[in-house]
Amino acid sequence: MTPRQRLWFFAVAAAGLVACYLWAFAGLPGFGGYPGPYGQEILRVAVRQTNATGVVSAINFDYRGFDTVGEEFILFAAAAGMSVVLRKLREERETEPADEAGSRTVPPSSSAVRVAALLMVGPTAVLGWWLASHAQTSPSGGFQGGVILASAFILIYLAGEFLSFRRLSPDALLDAVEAAGAGGFVAIGLAAIAMNLPYLDNFLPLGTIPGAVSSSGTIALISFFVGIEVAAAFTAIVGELLDQTLLRSA
Amino acid sequence: MGIFPFLVVAWVMVVGLYGIITSRDLIHQIVCLIVVQSSTYVLLLGVGYVTGGAAPYFFDIPLHTKAVDPVVQALALTDVVVEAAVTALLLSFAIQAQKRFGTLDPTELAEFKG
Repeated sequence: MTPRQRLWFFAVAAAGLVACYLWAFAGLPGFGGYPGPYGQEILRVAVRQTNATGVVSAINFDYRGFDTVGEEFILFAAAAGMSVVLRKLREERETEPADEAGSRTVPPSSSAVRVAALLMVGPTAVLGWWLASHAQTSPSGGFQGGVILASAFILIYLAGEFLSFRRLSPDALLDAVEAAGAGGFVAIGLAAIAMNLPYLDNFLPLGTIPGAVSSSGTIALISFFVGIEVAAAFTAIVGELLDQTLLRSA
Repeated sequence: MGIFPFLVVAWVMVVGLYGIITSRDLIHQIVCLIVVQSSTYVLLLGVGYVTGGAAPYFFDIPLHTKAVDPVVQALALTDVVVEAAVTALLLSFAIQAQKRFGTLDPTELAEFKG
């Protein structure tokens, strides 16, 4: 098929798709008039039932916590899949980072960039940690906090320290943290079963003040485990991609 | 407003699909797939919007304030996580394609298959 034929084929298919889409949308309740009873019901009871003021987190880590286990393992499987796909092939070997075009002059990264990146490492790590541990109060949670925690490591790479990045995030440590995060989530669910409660039932004391960091029982704990799992998974994914620059076909 | 947010959904999705069809580079194609998936965020958040509703966080607003649907927001979060996982895997496939066949052009790559 020539590119031109393909474009025509796409135009016809897309027109049909858009027509069906618009037909379906015409049957939706108008924008802003969502009548779904489930969300409104959760809004009514969530804060009272869980002492978490962040209702989205209460849904993610409590009401549909079982789904979130699966969601976390999707990320886990993706990080594992990446290290399988990008494994060192037989004809490849790892080389020391070296300048391959010696004749080309590479401007060193400016001190301003390096200092700015290094200065941001600390605040970024604190922000990520804060988000991962405040799922129960504000718009945050383990997934968001974990990604920001991982970007603290990536800032170290941006500051021009590839070797420091790898030294601070050795594969063995990342694997252990990732496994602890994913396993911790599952273990909380199993602990509930051991107490004769449904899987992932919120069995911890809920605290007295809605929105306090210590409130909301297992929601805060699960968010913490998700946070370290996501941070480790993303650091591993970025590390895998960066490692590729060191592989050469022998 | 009415149907306008849903028109945006259709537009973003079709633009992304157009990019996938016409792309000559796997990395660009992956970015286009992200664009297609972005349309689902707009759809989810658009469906759950309640006119005049606040964000579903009752930290500093009184309980029982009218708020938007929190369930679709939780689904949007799942959506983002899945997208990150899919993108990471696709990028690693692109790296392997470049290694094995020395090209990232999908039309050239198609010629390598039987």
